[in-house]
Amino acid sequence: MNQGSAASKMKWVWFSPIILAAALLFGTAIGETRIPFSTVVDVLSFKLGLSGAEIDVVDMSVIWNYRLARAVVAACGGASLALSGLILQALLRNPLAEPYLLGISAGASAGAVSVTVAGLGAGLVSMSAGAFVGGLTAFAFVALLAQAAGGSTGARGAGVIILAGIAGSQMFNALTALIIAQSASAEQARGIMFWLLGNLSGIRWPDTWLAIPMAVLGLGVTLWHLRALDAFTFGADSAASIGIDVRRTQALLIGVATLMTALMVSMAGAIGFVGLVVPHAMRILVGSRHSRLVPATAIAGAVFLVASDVVSRIALPGQVLPIGVVTALVGAPVFAIIMIKGRKR
Amino acid sequence: MSVTRILDLIGVSRIVGGQSILSDINLSLIPGEKLGLIGPNGSGKSTLLGIMAGLIKPQSGEVYLGGKPIRDIRRRQIAQQIACVAQHADTSDRLTVREAVELGRTPWLSALRPWGDEDEEAVTCALDVVGMGNFSSRDWSTLSGGERQRVQVARAYAQSTPVLLLDEPTNHLDIHHQISILDLVERLSSTIVIALHDMHHALRCDRVMVMEQGRCVALGSPLDVLTPKLISEIFRVNAQLVPNPAGGRPVFSFQSLT
Ligand SMILES: Nc1ncnc2c1ncn2[C@@H]1O[C@H](COP(=O)(O)OP(=O)(O)OP(=O)(O)O)[C@@H](O)[C@H]1O
Ligand SMILES: [Mg+2]
Repeated sequence: MNQGSAASKMKWVWFSPIILAAALLFGTAIGETRIPFSTVVDVLSFKLGLSGAEIDVVDMSVIWNYRLARAVVAACGGASLALSGLILQALLRNPLAEPYLLGISAGASAGAVSVTVAGLGAGLVSMSAGAFVGGLTAFAFVALLAQAAGGSTGARGAGVIILAGIAGSQMFNALTALIIAQSASAEQARGIMFWLLGNLSGIRWPDTWLAIPMAVLGLGVTLWHLRALDAFTFGADSAASIGIDVRRTQALLIGVATLMTALMVSMAGAIGFVGLVVPHAMRILVGSRHSRLVPATAIAGAVFLVASDVVSRIALPGQVLPIGVVTALVGAPVFAIIMIKGRKR
Repeated sequence: MSVTRILDLIGVSRIVGGQSILSDINLSLIPGEKLGLIGPNGSGKSTLLGIMAGLIKPQSGEVYLGGKPIRDIRRRQIAQQIACVAQHADTSDRLTVREAVELGRTPWLSALRPWGDEDEEAVTCALDVVGMGNFSSRDWSTLSGGERQRVQVARAYAQSTPVLLLDEPTNHLDIHHQISILDLVERLSSTIVIALHDMHHALRCDRVMVMEQGRCVALGSPLDVLTPKLISEIFRVNAQLVPNPAGGRPVFSFQSLT
């Protein structure tokens, strides 16, 4: 298939705002308390200045401040996490690479928790900075460990780096637990533990002012590097031989992936498997060329996390399930399938 | 006197883990020549090609591309001048033959210079040149070993570079396609360095460099270099050159040393 017909296959991209809007509406309309759909529409049109209907203040607050803000962050976070997974898979040539499985999320959690507990300020920016440092440290640790174990490429390397990721996750999770046990109050500890499993219930509008720019920036940088991502198809040496500055590309893109993951972790905790499930599902739908795969992954990631969030709110009546539990319930079987398929090759 | 310089290696050495893989290689490519690299397994052919392509850094010595140290040239610029086919390159990605060949156009593309008719043509032409024109839309994973090899050659060809480095491009190929790749190599005006194991193929090159344990043991025209004496020393077989009854290049007859 040539690139001309690739362009005609890309028409669906123009529908993405509609898909995204539908997902947001869906996320806003469904929740623990039943609010009639007409009220949801009334609130949204009122807030967007389209009508001036009389609306209950509580409904207004639930729908606008709580549900919509949450759905927007879920969408941005879903896109960010899915893109992070895609970037890692392309650059490390490893179908199982994913920020959660590589320990980046665990490192980011440890970083965010240390910043909070150490009292360096519980603001989103300082927490995100801590998470970013933690995430990068974890990735460096995992990459070095995998290298020392003699596998960073090839079929064996794929397994080795995941093992290193497990070691990294365990170590950084232990570090987090240690910090909590050492210095957090019982109340604080409970809150942190719940947040660590992935939880969007604390999200309000101010969070979107970081989540939206991050997702847009991440998507922008990734789109700018479509050809570079394709160039890694036959490995890093082959990428270099067709003109890619491998070091620079890896540093920049892995940095961006870590940043996206870190921001998401500091807002909503470690949500796993999004970066695994979404890119693989999209590869089946649109193939492995990144000009199609990147936009598809971003949109599907957004929809997937909004949907997971809805499920987490309504699955158990009267209780909110951590969203990380929902994504893991979908993700773990997908992980297994990829592993089995990889073995058959 | 002005000499166009393409690729020059001066005193190139590489040591890995205390072991010398390449030592003191000096070589200047002549524009348009076909240079054959020949030597036993592990003699350093692939390493040398990697160094020529700027993919591997030598510990000492210098590689010059167009008279400039290759380490000072940006990857993209190098890729516009040197294309290579690696000995092993595979992927588990789902992509078509055409998409694989399209990768060869990467060094010529940028945000300001998007995919165009010229690229389309280069890809089509490269596929035809290796006889894979009918395979355009086939999935990579369904190809045989030889077909994959030919697609890799097409990818390098589509890169439209003045220098082509081929690491055993005739690997996995049936005799027809071996000959057609060599015919292609002979036909192209590019400067080509090709690692080979078949001495008959080496006879078709303009020059041959024989390697052993990382050293260059001989460099010159094939018939001067590939003497029975050298072959028995380096490859540990008895070789005899037999005149070709059909005319043309002589053929080798090999026997084990006893
Ligand atoms: N990164 C490395 N670490 C250790 N040894 C290496 C490394 N790269 C190459 N070698 C060694 O250097 C020697 C030359 O390798 P090279 O691949 O260049 O040989 P070659 O002539 O291409 O052989 P073949 O005919 O089998 O392709 C081999 O003995 C190989 O084991
Ligand atoms: Mg070799």
